[in-house]
Amino acid sequence: MAKRAGIEVSVAVAEAARLADADVIAAYPITPQTHIVEHLAELVADGDLKASYIPVESEHSAMSACLGSSAVGARTFTATASQGLELMHEVLYVASALRLPIVMAVANRALSAPISIWGDHSDAMAVRDTGWIQMFVENGQEAVDNVICAFRIGEDSRVLLPVMIHLDGFSLTHMIEPILLPEEDEVRKFVPPFRPPLSLNPEKPVTMGAFGPPFIYTEAKWAQQENLRAAREVILENWQDFGKAFGRYYSPVESYHSEKAKVLLLTMGSFSETAMTAIDKMREEGKDVGLIKLRLWRPFPFEEFRRAVKDAEVLIVLDRAMSFGGPGGPVCSEVKAALYKEDKRPKVVGFVGGLGGRDISMSGFEDMINRGAEIARAGDGREFEIFEVRE
Amino acid sequence: MAETKTKAKVKVKSGSEVGGEKKWKDLEIGFYITEPGSSVRFRTGDWRSRRPIFDFNKCNKCTLCYYFCPEGCIAQNKEGYFEADLYYCKGCGICDEECPKDAISMAEEE
Repeated sequence: MAKRAGIEVSVAVAEAARLADADVIAAYPITPQTHIVEHLAELVADGDLKASYIPVESEHSAMSACLGSSAVGARTFTATASQGLELMHEVLYVASALRLPIVMAVANRALSAPISIWGDHSDAMAVRDTGWIQMFVENGQEAVDNVICAFRIGEDSRVLLPVMIHLDGFSLTHMIEPILLPEEDEVRKFVPPFRPPLSLNPEKPVTMGAFGPPFIYTEAKWAQQENLRAAREVILENWQDFGKAFGRYYSPVESYHSEKAKVLLLTMGSFSETAMTAIDKMREEGKDVGLIKLRLWRPFPFEEFRRAVKDAEVLIVLDRAMSFGGPGGPVCSEVKAALYKEDKRPKVVGFVGGLGGRDISMSGFEDMINRGAEIARAGDGREFEIFEVRE
Repeated sequence: MAETKTKAKVKVKSGSEVGGEKKWKDLEIGFYITEPGSSVRFRTGDWRSRRPIFDFNKCNKCTLCYYFCPEGCIAQNKEGYFEADLYYCKGCGICDEECPKDAISMAEEE
């Protein structure tokens, strides 16, 4: 019987990696992910997890070591955040291109400068195009469940791609939440052993990461793109299987009171929970509002997203990151692009807020929705709105 | 290009011929190369713009060119003199630079 306990989310993420029987952990500590890697180190040292723990000298080395371990067929896990994610940036592209199903928890944290240890999505957005499967979780339970799913999805022979699980730094990682940790034998039954079709093996040598001159690079990249797109089916299938096994069902886009609502808000990550309370309050007041929670970020769930917003008049998008000198938040840009060819589409208003760990309260979300609806009514103003800046 | 002495046992192929006809669906997962040692077919000699000429009258078989060649494509022939395998030779000229007997010179490739 699964046990529900008050656990710090970071520790629960580490426990999820233990339940999934990770073989190699190569990691470097960085706030706010440290409790994940520290707890894993303890588990390995105490013999509770039979794995190789490689305490590398930097995040660049961490991802490089993960490449190697995944390439020989070891179930590989790591975690990082912010500057650490950026330090390993160049290696991320290699992991996805070489189809190595590494699972990485990213404790979303703002990028320097100025130095911030607090949460926002700028680190996640910086690695948007790296070819990894990416999901944003909104609470500790989702984090645990999706770390477990990540191994099953990534290592599926139809996918063979690395997976990032994004969870908000501090507002998730450092919270003690009531989490149901599945039983070890249930997880072992759910996640089969990792059997890559090809791996580094002296008895059957392969070359991974050879030179790709102009005559072949395009084909290689298109193969990668088609593969990431096709992974969507396996992700959906996997979430169905998880639901059947554990009773909790996940979907790429979750609608909260949004079926017929005229004004929709879109959020990702832990802000979704605060936003839900704002929606509840506003609906009690008779306002026709709803929430769209985007969980699957890559591959972008075009179908589910378009379906979720098709009846709305206004769609307000909250980004926790900014593309300087551009059209505002990356999520809002993608939302607009996804709706560009639709005959009927809502007016999109982009807000950038919650940067560097700044919280948005329930009343903050009410303000955002009200202002967003007003801006949509008044017509085109600025490219995007910056939320709650002192001017 | 003029006829080249070659040790390669496989038909001559230039870089663009080795895989240039492959469609994206034909590629192995992660474009891994599953045949070991396949690079032996890659005709790096295609790249050169000048070729080394070996004068056996001057060669004293000191083996310096053999050691210095970055491709490792210089070897001893039947008579014991050293010359480059033009299938791979990239024409860098290091052998010419290092030869103490001035037995090697670089000529423009046709």
